[in-house]
Amino acid sequence: MASSDVKLIGAWASPFVMRPRIALNLKSVPYEFLQETFGSKSELLLKSNPVHKKIPVLLHADKPVCESNIIVEYIDDTWSSSGPSLLPSDPYDRAMARFWAAYIDEKWFVVLRSFLKAGGEEEKKSVIAQLEEGNAFLEKAFIDCSKGKPFFNGDNIGYLDIALGCFLAWLRVTELAASHKILDEAKTPSLSKWAENFCNDPAVKPVMPETAKLAEFAKKIFPRPEA
Amino acid sequence: MAEEIILLDYWASMFGMRTRIALEEKGVKYEYREEDLSNKSPLLLEMNPIHKKIPVLIHKGKPICESIIQVQYIDELWPDTNPILPSDPYQRAQARFWADYIDKKTYVPCKALWSETGEKQEAAKMEFTEVLKTLESELGDKKFFGGNEFGLVDIAFIGFYSWFRTYEEVANLTIVAKFPKLISWAQRCLKRESVAKALPDSDKVLKSVSDHRKIVLGID
Repeated sequence: MASSDVKLIGAWASPFVMRPRIALNLKSVPYEFLQETFGSKSELLLKSNPVHKKIPVLLHADKPVCESNIIVEYIDDTWSSSGPSLLPSDPYDRAMARFWAAYIDEKWFVVLRSFLKAGGEEEKKSVIAQLEEGNAFLEKAFIDCSKGKPFFNGDNIGYLDIALGCFLAWLRVTELAASHKILDEAKTPSLSKWAENFCNDPAVKPVMPETAKLAEFAKKIFPRPEA
Repeated sequence: MAEEIILLDYWASMFGMRTRIALEEKGVKYEYREEDLSNKSPLLLEMNPIHKKIPVLIHKGKPICESIIQVQYIDELWPDTNPILPSDPYQRAQARFWADYIDKKTYVPCKALWSETGEKQEAAKMEFTEVLKTLESELGDKKFFGGNEFGLVDIAFIGFYSWFRTYEEVANLTIVAKFPKLISWAQRCLKRESVAKALPDSDKVLKSVSDHRKIVLGID
């Protein structure tokens, strides 16, 4: 397939945009990355995703697919014979992968995002405590899903690895801002090892933003209120 | 075997209705257990410790939570009977997108429509009206959301139809007059046995909500 057949509207700093990028890399599908300018939305984006007006949007032969986890499943369904499967084959394991991905978006990430917006020390402490509670759930989920293998999906990175792993750079930025290790090897040893393996994967490395660059960007979009 | 599948549910839950419909579509026998939401069973809390919500599908002792995830699970276990997701990857992505849209956009306003008053209820009315407009437009002149075949998006939204009378009465929201395509679509869905069995009587939902509002909000 020509690379012009597959386009992705996104931005380098967005963890949601990282998801389809990793999936396309895993499937060895070339694509054109159309970067949005921070603070404005292109005509193409508004036309391709009129309902949510958000990135990422995958354009496959000009047909749009929206919502990052749905795009990842679409990539898995469409390029099913290329590269490893992104979802487990067993229906129960698939349901578990989808459940945890939904939990990550609806609960875990909402808490992570709230830290950088949090006001006082009390609020920040509460956010950290909630994140650590969430990490404990995810540690158990990892042990259950991975069944002794390095990734949630088994031997290879898959849907759930991507759903959580895309937030690792933002998690590191939050740890710097909090001067506190949120993903702690002592508390969540399996998850910590998984995070290291995930970040080192060749499908992930080219699209994971550098922590320093992301931290600078974070300062711009989450300005610290005057004390 | 009926004992292999247990569904923890609440009769008026539009989310629980989805799972009931999916199981009926596949002709699968299951044990239905009604939960008292003000006094959740130990089994519910054990099987859904993260969210503590219904519906919970328990298959051979293992829980599956979240209604759209349950519907997909059921479809994958019995793929040959009344398929719920289309086979084409692009159509599947569209089906998932709209089911996700319904989940994201209805949960908060629909709760406020029946449990709130004043400004909060007004805001919910505006939000839900936008959802109905979007869905009416997306449905267009199609028989079902996915085209000619009943599928995931229909299952995702049809349960809300049993709440329309309640929203019209307690929130003074105009639905039937304003969204004729959705109403015709709902009538078509109700012709399916799975839907007719799963949806409660609209008046029963209204009575239950009215009683609740009398007791909790003091509204007559």
